[in-house]
Amino acid sequence: MSNLVIVEHDNNVVATATLNAITAAQQIGGEIDLLVAGENCQSVADSAAQIAGISKVKVADNAIYGHHMAENLASLVVDVAKDYSHVLVAATTFGKNMMPRASALLDVAQISEIVEVKSADTFVRPIYAGNALATVQSSDAIKVITVRTIKFEAAADTGGSATIEVISGGVDDGLSSWISQAVSGGDKVELTSAGIVVSGGRGMKNGENFAILQSVASKLGAAVGASRAAVDSGFVPNELQVGQTGKVIAPDLYIAIGISGAIQHLAGMKESKVIVAINNDSEAPIFQVADYGLVADLFEAVPELEAAL
Amino acid sequence: MKILVGVKRVLDPQVKARVKADGSGVDLANAKMTMNPFCENALEEALRLREAGSADEVIVVSVGGGKTQETLRHGLAMGADRAINVVTEEALEPLAIAKVLKAIIDKESVGLVLVGKQAIDDDSNQTAQMLSALLGWSQSTFISKFELDGDTATTVREVDAGLETITVKMPAVISVDLRLNDPRYVKLPDVMKAKRKPMDIIELDSLGLDTANRLTTLDVVEPEGRAAGIIVANVAELVDKLHNEAKVI
Repeated sequence: MSNLVIVEHDNNVVATATLNAITAAQQIGGEIDLLVAGENCQSVADSAAQIAGISKVKVADNAIYGHHMAENLASLVVDVAKDYSHVLVAATTFGKNMMPRASALLDVAQISEIVEVKSADTFVRPIYAGNALATVQSSDAIKVITVRTIKFEAAADTGGSATIEVISGGVDDGLSSWISQAVSGGDKVELTSAGIVVSGGRGMKNGENFAILQSVASKLGAAVGASRAAVDSGFVPNELQVGQTGKVIAPDLYIAIGISGAIQHLAGMKESKVIVAINNDSEAPIFQVADYGLVADLFEAVPELEAAL
Repeated sequence: MKILVGVKRVLDPQVKARVKADGSGVDLANAKMTMNPFCENALEEALRLREAGSADEVIVVSVGGGKTQETLRHGLAMGADRAINVVTEEALEPLAIAKVLKAIIDKESVGLVLVGKQAIDDDSNQTAQMLSALLGWSQSTFISKFELDGDTATTVREVDAGLETITVKMPAVISVDLRLNDPRYVKLPDVMKAKRKPMDIIELDSLGLDTANRLTTLDVVEPEGRAAGIIVANVAELVDKLHNEAKVI
């Protein structure tokens, strides 16, 4: 067995989701190589080579991979993947965008968002917003896999000494062009890696009210999240959305405020270690998954909570 | 320009999936079924492009047996001009669906494909990207904004870090996110009109494609449930529990 893990990065640092995908590759077994495709991304290759247990880091440093456009990237992955039995990437928007394209070009199925490795050809993946878990066995020669990061610990990012191999060439197919990226980020805590997440839903009523969640979050060193209802209503930007079609997270503590708890939202947070729900509707389904529920008006309870911390 | 919209019939999103006792899958017998929500957004966008004069025909395509045609009729009632049902009783994987859609596109001289970013039953999120690869076309996925401008289109993608804007060369395969638009409601006269719109029925076998599934489902189980916890009386008790019982703050 031989694994190729596609490294997600911003041409400067390795995204932590990659470390989770590497752990899935370790569970499959066999050698693990990494593919770094980017522009002026030598620092990524250097730090990737430090990750424990990696044999080789293949680097394609070329302007055509600078913005990770799916078309060029998938062609590269197809060329490199032929030498491997397993090709993995984290199931982030980066991985979800490019991996099925490579999979189709290899004429193999993609196994999306695995949560468990049963054996080298058998994996468990959630379906129906996580309301069912399917165990699937692949008959393809190359297993193309995306990895749900919360179900695999991050591999150690030090202790390794992989060799670095340069891949030269690469042709721009010119099909799509990157224009811009709007990031509201700032110095806020990142949602997918936060130990504590404070999320707001429709009950927040408007975007301004999210300020009270932000101040609780700041006190706790927490990230702010949101339900789809809050994002659809324009209270907060899309990157805060937790759920079936947003981010899937599993912090130590998840505080759901003014969130009713639709199936689709639960799909994104029900693996959290401890769940707290604050809602004025005692019948809200969120209370069925909450370890601690508080039936209260959030506009009274949240400032009180902040004061008590 | 013709726009092709791929749609899928799925369990209604408001209905909780129930796993069959024998572990063979999810029980869909007598369950309420509907058009996959993301597919409705894709179709809505296609209709708006036609209404704006950017397209002359919108074709809805679905692969499946049983009552798949009901879902296509819904697409016609929303405003699609005609429908194609590729009939099979097998539940095909995304790679096979992509091959089927490509075979249809090869016959139809389509200029744009719009599909949902994922189906809410198998949550695969693959078909658009795979179809785009097989066609050798450009792709833009998870979009919340689409603007056609001659032989290119500008799209805004919902990505983990925020919003990414890219342009794609036409023809393109686009996968759409829920915030792209609000799908229209179907009125009774539209339903009546839809009954008279053309629907082509194509047997899957007649396409001569390798659509064999590559994955065998060995088992489907319900995940371990979370037991409901306790209701606390006030904020003070909550903070006390988080400190001393759960020890998470």
